[in-house]
Parts: sequence; structure tokens; C-alpha cells
Amino acid sequence: MAIDTLSPQPPSKPEPVIADPSRRNPARWLVVATPYLWLLLFFAAPFIIIFKISLSDTAIAMPPYTPVFEGFGKFGEFFSQLDFENYEFLASDSLYIKSYLNSLRIAAISTFLLLLVGYPMALAMARAKTSLRPILVMMVILPFWTSFLIRVYAWIGILKPEGLLTLLFQTVGLLGEGEQVQIFRTDYAVFIGIVYSYLPFMVLPLYAALEKMDHTLLEAASDLGCPPWKAFWRITFPLSLPGVIAGSLICFIPITGEFVIPDLLGGADTLMIGKTLWTEFFSSRDWPLASSIAVILLGVLVIPIVYFQNQQQKAG
Amino acid sequence: MRTNLLRLLTAAAATALMAGTAFAQERTVHVYNWSDYIDESVLADFTKETGIKVVYDVFDNNDVVETKLLAGGSGYDVVAPTGPFLARQIQAGVFQKLDKSKLPNLTNLWPEVSERLAKYDPGNEYAVNYMWGTTGIGYNVDKVKAALGDVPVDSWDILFKPENAAKLKSCGINILDASDETFAIAMNYIGKDPDSKQTADLQAGGDVYKAIRPSVRTFNASAYIDELANGDTCITIGWSGDILQAKDRAEEAKNGVNVEYVIPKEGTYVWFDNLAIPADAKNVAEAHEFINFMMKPEVIAKSSNVVQYANGNLASQKFVDKEVLENPAVYPSEDVMKKLFAISPYGPKEQRVLNRVWTEIKTGN
Repeated sequence: MAIDTLSPQPPSKPEPVIADPSRRNPARWLVVATPYLWLLLFFAAPFIIIFKISLSDTAIAMPPYTPVFEGFGKFGEFFSQLDFENYEFLASDSLYIKSYLNSLRIAAISTFLLLLVGYPMALAMARAKTSLRPILVMMVILPFWTSFLIRVYAWIGILKPEGLLTLLFQTVGLLGEGEQVQIFRTDYAVFIGIVYSYLPFMVLPLYAALEKMDHTLLEAASDLGCPPWKAFWRITFPLSLPGVIAGSLICFIPITGEFVIPDLLGGADTLMIGKTLWTEFFSSRDWPLASSIAVILLGVLVIPIVYFQNQQQKAG
Repeated sequence: MRTNLLRLLTAAAATALMAGTAFAQERTVHVYNWSDYIDESVLADFTKETGIKVVYDVFDNNDVVETKLLAGGSGYDVVAPTGPFLARQIQAGVFQKLDKSKLPNLTNLWPEVSERLAKYDPGNEYAVNYMWGTTGIGYNVDKVKAALGDVPVDSWDILFKPENAAKLKSCGINILDASDETFAIAMNYIGKDPDSKQTADLQAGGDVYKAIRPSVRTFNASAYIDELANGDTCITIGWSGDILQAKDRAEEAKNGVNVEYVIPKEGTYVWFDNLAIPADAKNVAEAHEFINFMMKPEVIAKSSNVVQYANGNLASQKFVDKEVLENPAVYPSEDVMKKLFAISPYGPKEQRVLNRVWTEIKTGN
């Protein structure tokens, strides 16, 4: 969802030919309008509905909030019943702020770890023999052929106290007979699950950026006496920055709202906004409050990033 | 080519339409019930007897059911909400009144259970009881004895006294993740009205859990069955039948884990799961037939024998296995029955206070 807003595929610009006959072609307009229509239907419209619910009050009814839009006849009356009460409540209770901050913290650490793990992988892939590369890309994508949920469940089997990891450590002698790995249901397990699940999203954009790189630049650096590690920091890394940014955004945004991984691998004390939202929506049945949490989440996450993207594009 | 394609599509559409009509003639009923809560052969028997196909779907959480029902168009014809949820959903207009003329087996019901159910559904107009049970303590006999010595396990003290909880910490404590029930139990334990909705009382109830929070390992409402059975958890607040199922699983696995269930002497929460028909159900006649079938004494007894929960059907008791019927954990004695309490539904603001305190306890924030 959010990704679409970040980089709406710019419609291919017409070549600057004078008196382009296709300018008057309605089909061209259709092509231009399609991504915007898509955004309007699947992003703007649902967002407006969520925003409207966030201004409503809870009610014991179907659906569980009031007022419900009943046509334009009663528009004034409908409108007067909306207010920002839920947002005031969010600000007044530290639970929500803590949830947001903790989600951002977990997302930031995870993204950093993903970069640490993903960058060497992408670099190795980009430097591999041309004939080998498609196979390597395939291997990165391969886990997607199994359901995401099953892969997270598999991690429970590995990380739980009497799981495979304990068994392995006991076999090699790292742990004694009665000792067990205490990772499951902690934040460490959440990080492991997130890094594992999101790795392809980090590797692929990095690989795309690194693969396009002109290798003669590194040769030139080497000729001029630049050691390899310095060449990496002065040439390879700066040139791969678009990939780093794209990969980090694609990972950071969904991780912030992640629900499944912290719910399955995290402990009861893992506080994340996705779980808080679930509680408000399902346990409290407070759709308006849940909606306002979602709106704020979009605000703290997407708006700064879109702004950042714009600045980047202007600078580029 | 194009005309051929068009012809093909028309043919396909016509076939689909015909298939649709054929499907409509086959009678179906969509049932949404708790997980591990029926003897599956009962469904086949129902289809054999009535020709109605059952599409059976399960849940393990009242909140999810309520959210689906309130959103509307759930597609279910029979659902099984618990008492306080049923009450709130009736108020929200989720259900339709039962047509009692289509339910001749109503005469089999247990008047005492129906009476308790009337607290949620005045006049028993919308729902009939399916099964009921208590929320008590499930524990690993040997591990608790090893941690606490030879003390009787018959009181909430065993879990709620911080010094006891600290001793049990290393062998694994689970608290049932169902806040309305756990708070009622805690408020009853400290001598308050379990049905109180006062913020101060809720907070006092929460303090019971806050005091033992450092010793608690998990908060869940379904995984504890297996964790108790394989010895990962040694004591839990849980639902009677779930713990008896854990006991059975441990016995089958012959892993040396000895699980018991106890209703503490201070009394505990009793709940009722009930069958009701959503207002927007499409197969109302079939739903009535299904509910009526489930009220047959021998049918509901079959399920009780498998899932080890008591049912709300008095006539069924002669078909229930002796070991289930005479187990005080399933069918409590009359003295114990007097100590069991139920609660009324929470209002939206009260629910928010409850959830807030519960989140505070769980996250330690």
C-alpha cells in the first residue's frame, strides 16, 4: 500500500518531439490515469473511510460505531457528529506513544541488521559469474514459495527451549544437558524472525543497484592506488545508495506495522503498534480508536518518507 | 476468433449459472463453533439424517467472532458465542429470535442452565446452551509438589500469593488470556464483587496479577493445552475441558506428565457457550434443524464424552459416560455450583479500562 505512494511509476515521458501526434490520443490518457485510478480506488478511498471512522464514536450496533453515513440528505447532521475525541485520547495515554516508539525502534534496528546481512549477499550476487546470477536470484526468491506463516511457525520449532537450536548446541557441547536456549518469546526472536522474513526485500533492490554498477570505475581506482576497502566506501557504496534507500524503505515501513511476527515469536511484553491496534479493534471493539491509531501511523510513517523521497528526486 | 471466444464465454457463464442453481438446491448450513468442541461424527450423522450439508468453521477467541458478526455479512447460519458476548451482540441486533416451534427438542434442556443463561438472554429468546464449563487451575501434579512441597492445591492462593508464584516461576506459569474472566476471578479472590465494573475494583483486580507478573511466563488461551501436556507449563489458569484434554494427551503420550484440574474453594467463573442464529443468516430453516439436532440427548452426549465439557441438556445425562458425568471437574457438585459466578457484559468505556489494565499487566508497562 504505502510502497505505491512512494514511487508511483512515472508514466513514460513523451519524447520531446514537436507536434507529437499521440498527444491527442485518448489511449495515452488512459495509460497515465491508470496508476492514479489505482491509488484512488485502493488507497485514497479506503483511507477516507478509515479517517471518517476515526472521527466517530463507538456504539453497540452493527457496524459498531456511530454515526453511519446515510446518504447526502442528512449530511449536515452526519457531519456535526464527528469529532477528534479519539485523537485526544491517544495523546493522553502513554501506552500508544510507547507502542509507536517501540515499533519504530524495532523497525530501525531490524532495518540496520537487514542491511548488514543483505549487503554482502547482494554484493556477492552482483560479483558472481553472469551465468550463475539468475540461479542466485532464484535462491533468494525461493522461500516465497512456502507460506509466510509456515516459515514463521518453523522458527518457533527452531527457537523454542526444547527446539532444534538447543539440540544443536547441546550436540556440539556449547550447552550442557539441562540448559536450554532462551530466545523464544523475547525481542531477539522477533528480530530473527523479521530479518529472515524481510531479507529478500532488502537483497533484491541492493542487487539491482549493484549489478548495474560500472566495474571499470573500480579498476580505475585500483590503477590509481586506491586500496579495495577505500574503493568500496568511495565508489561502490555511494553508487549503491539508491538501492540502500529503496531496500530500507521497503523493509522499514511494513516492519513498523508488523503484527504476525511479534505475535508468534515475541513475548507478552513485546509492545508494538500492530498488536496494540489488534487489541483495540478486536478486544475493545473500539473501531474508531483503532482507526485513529492507523491514521496516526500513516502520518508518522508515510508523510516524512514521501517528503524525503520528493527532496531526493529534486536533488537528483 | 473473437466470435468463438464470445461463444465460449457465454457457454461458460451458462454452465456456471446452472451449477449455481444446482448448488442452491442442495441445502447447506454454515456453522461457526469453538475449536476442539464437537465429536466430528455428529456432523456426518446430521447430514445423513437431514440431507443438509454442514460447512463447519472454528475459532478460538470470542473477540474475533464478535468483530465478524458486527461487521455484518459473516455468512454463518449458526454461531456459538459465550454469555456476556451473546448479551452484547443481542443488544447490537446481531441475532434473530429463535422460532421455538421448530425446536421440539427444547424440552430436553436443563432448566438450571437455561435459568443462568437468561441473565444474558432474558427469556431465552435468542439462544440455547451448547456446553458450559468453569475457569480454574490446571497443574502438573509432580512439578507443583516439587516446588511447593506437599500442600493441598485447592485455593487460588497457590497461584496468587507472590511467594508461591515465585517458587513456581522456573517450571512455567501461564495466565489465560481472557481478561473479563481473569479479572472476575481476581476481584472475587480479594473479596470484591466479581461483576464489578468500577475502575478502582478493576485496578485492584489487576494488582493481583501485577504482583505475580515477574513470575509469569506466558499469557495464552489455546497453546497452553499442549504446553501443559508436554510439561513446558506447570500451572495455568484455564478452561476445565481444555485442561482435561491436556490430561488425556499426556496420558496418551505416556510422557510421565500428570495433569489435574481443580475448581478452587473460593469459587470461580462459570461460562456458557450458546448456539444462536445471526439476523442476516441465509439458511434459517437449516440453522433451526441443526440446533434442534444438537439438542438430541444422544447427540450432545457424544460430543460431551469427547470434549469433556458439561452440556446444557438434562436428558442427555443418561447417555454421558460415567467417568465424565461423575467427574466433579466437569459436572461440579451442588455445593460447588453455588460458588460459581457469572458476569454481565462490559460497556465500551469499561472495556477500555479493562483492556488498558490488562495490557499494562501483560507488557509490564
